[in-house]
Amino acid sequence: MTEAQPAIRLTGLTKEFGAVTAVDHVDLEIAAGEFFSMLGPSGSGKTTVLRLIAGFEQPTDGTIELFGEEVTKRAPFDRDVNTVFQDYALFPHMSVLDNVAYGLRVRGLGKKERNERARRALASVRLEQMADRKPSQLSGGQRQRVALARATVVEPKVLLLDEPLGALDLKLREQMQVELKQIQRELGITFIFVTHDQEEALTLSDRIAVFNAGRIEQLGTPAELYERPVSRFVADFVGTSNLFGPEHSLALLEREGHHSVRPEKMTVSTAGQSGEGVRNAAGTVVEAIYLGSGVRLVVDLDAGPRVSVLEQNVRGRARDDEHGDRVVVSWHDDDVVAVDGAAVGPQNPTPTAAVGSVFPGISG
Amino acid sequence: MTATRAVPAPRRSAARAGSAFLSAHPRARLALLLSAPLFWLGVVYIVALVLLLVTAFWSVDSFTGEITTEFTLDNIVEVVTGSLYQTVTLRTIGVALAVTVIDVALALPIAFFMAKVATPRMQRVLLIMVLTPLWASYLVKAYAWRSVLSQDGILEWLVSPFGGHTPGYGLPATIITLSYLWLPYVILPIYAGLERVPDSLLEASGDLGGRTWPTLRLVVLPLALPAIIAGTIFSFSLSLGDYITVNIVGGTSQMLGNLVYTNVGAANNLPLAAAIALIPIVIIFGYLFLVRRTGALDNL
Repeated sequence: MTEAQPAIRLTGLTKEFGAVTAVDHVDLEIAAGEFFSMLGPSGSGKTTVLRLIAGFEQPTDGTIELFGEEVTKRAPFDRDVNTVFQDYALFPHMSVLDNVAYGLRVRGLGKKERNERARRALASVRLEQMADRKPSQLSGGQRQRVALARATVVEPKVLLLDEPLGALDLKLREQMQVELKQIQRELGITFIFVTHDQEEALTLSDRIAVFNAGRIEQLGTPAELYERPVSRFVADFVGTSNLFGPEHSLALLEREGHHSVRPEKMTVSTAGQSGEGVRNAAGTVVEAIYLGSGVRLVVDLDAGPRVSVLEQNVRGRARDDEHGDRVVVSWHDDDVVAVDGAAVGPQNPTPTAAVGSVFPGISG
Repeated sequence: MTATRAVPAPRRSAARAGSAFLSAHPRARLALLLSAPLFWLGVVYIVALVLLLVTAFWSVDSFTGEITTEFTLDNIVEVVTGSLYQTVTLRTIGVALAVTVIDVALALPIAFFMAKVATPRMQRVLLIMVLTPLWASYLVKAYAWRSVLSQDGILEWLVSPFGGHTPGYGLPATIITLSYLWLPYVILPIYAGLERVPDSLLEASGDLGGRTWPTLRLVVLPLALPAIIAGTIFSFSLSLGDYITVNIVGGTSQMLGNLVYTNVGAANNLPLAAAIALIPIVIIFGYLFLVRRTGALDNL
């Protein structure tokens, strides 16, 4: 294995289901040891890319390389990648231990050795005392961890995770996110994580590919995606954005084209603020939503657009805005990001968009 | 505010009062639900069965042909020890087992294809094709096989160029015909059972390194086993009780059903017929007892 060899290299990867193009010429390199997320709305092709890498689907066109070795035509059982399924896919008729030992069993390992290794894998997810239970006797979070142990016990080079936290409640999700990150660091293998939850992707990933209509809309670190979204779609899908079309951009920002400003980069005051690069716009409060950690204000600017402002609930914050109050919204020119307004969104008329979930296997 | 009319309260009626009574009295609800089927099951079905069993312990006066309602074990002893009955019992069990094995062997791949490979559209088409033969009369199908298997039938015409011959009428013909007749009853439960196995389990097995055979042996078959057993209960018990097919294509072979039939009709010995009829009942109860633990009965 050479240093520069990527764990996964996708070249011109395309998958068509009948007339629908679920994955449209995707080129992608994922480095060894990386925690990589594929983020997108359902029907954007991210799950299909994962299933193509796993070998459950055959691509219409393009190649898949695993550490420099082409695996495009290989069956799932001949690829050094393993999957944690969205529904966990634990074998209901087997004990937890037998589930985890399954991959070792079909590789012909003796009973003693495979049980020993399976027990160690269960211990790594703190479930050794559950070894003799059936999957149906476990909670969602426990099943999740069994699925993780089962996929990692065979020591894959790449672990594929298909919305693994989707079925868990919020507290458990946050807890499992931390655990996933720990396990990935301990194993040192590449994780490819599919999710539609942008917050989860931002929290966990080294890099993120934002999928839209079968293509990668933007590829970058969480900070790059959040601070410098290249298109309206990314600005809107990753976090919340105040998007200004050409007309409003000209009026409020004195710039050509589409622009985005994050709600937390805007402030609200009675008189406005002064300083170099600071812009003020008067408006009327439509809604003030108390969030605990902050307040989200929806303001109709006199110039036309409706913006969302996120105010932190810091000490000394004395404002108590309500519906109908006159305010001035301020932001700094440096926080204005130019985005590609023509970029495809879900409403884009290309035939590849939108359809998705009607067909099995491309839900996401 | 504009004056919109309030949503009226539900009107009182007899039906409403009745529903209210039922919702407050679970036992009355249950009685209403079950009294008709329980009457049918209890009076029409179980009583008839019990009468049959009781008859087995009576005898027939050989002079008058009248039934004597005195308790005797003669019929039972004769059925258990008589060599004719032992031979026919073994033959019947053999036929039923052969039919069951053939049906499971045919049904498994068909059901697997329907449940896991076929497109939803193909799945519906196949389901209809499996069900269609059930619309045709049992007799018509048995006679169809009689013509297929005859000396100048289609089968002979098909296989004679390759040096083969039709088995003619006899036990093989009976097994073939019964296998055909009961196949839908075996396919349907296995199909339903396999349908309930999520695709992701098969994918997970492949993903973990399991090739086709280990996946079938370690994942598909154990999960389909209750459904398979449910199917075998159908083919086995239906074959055990059959007497028409064997009459039509069985040549001179006799099965338990024939013996019952001749004893009721020609020999006019109802008590002996009842005793013979007990044999398949005992066998099926034994079989059901064996499979009870596998959970197969949840799948019926």
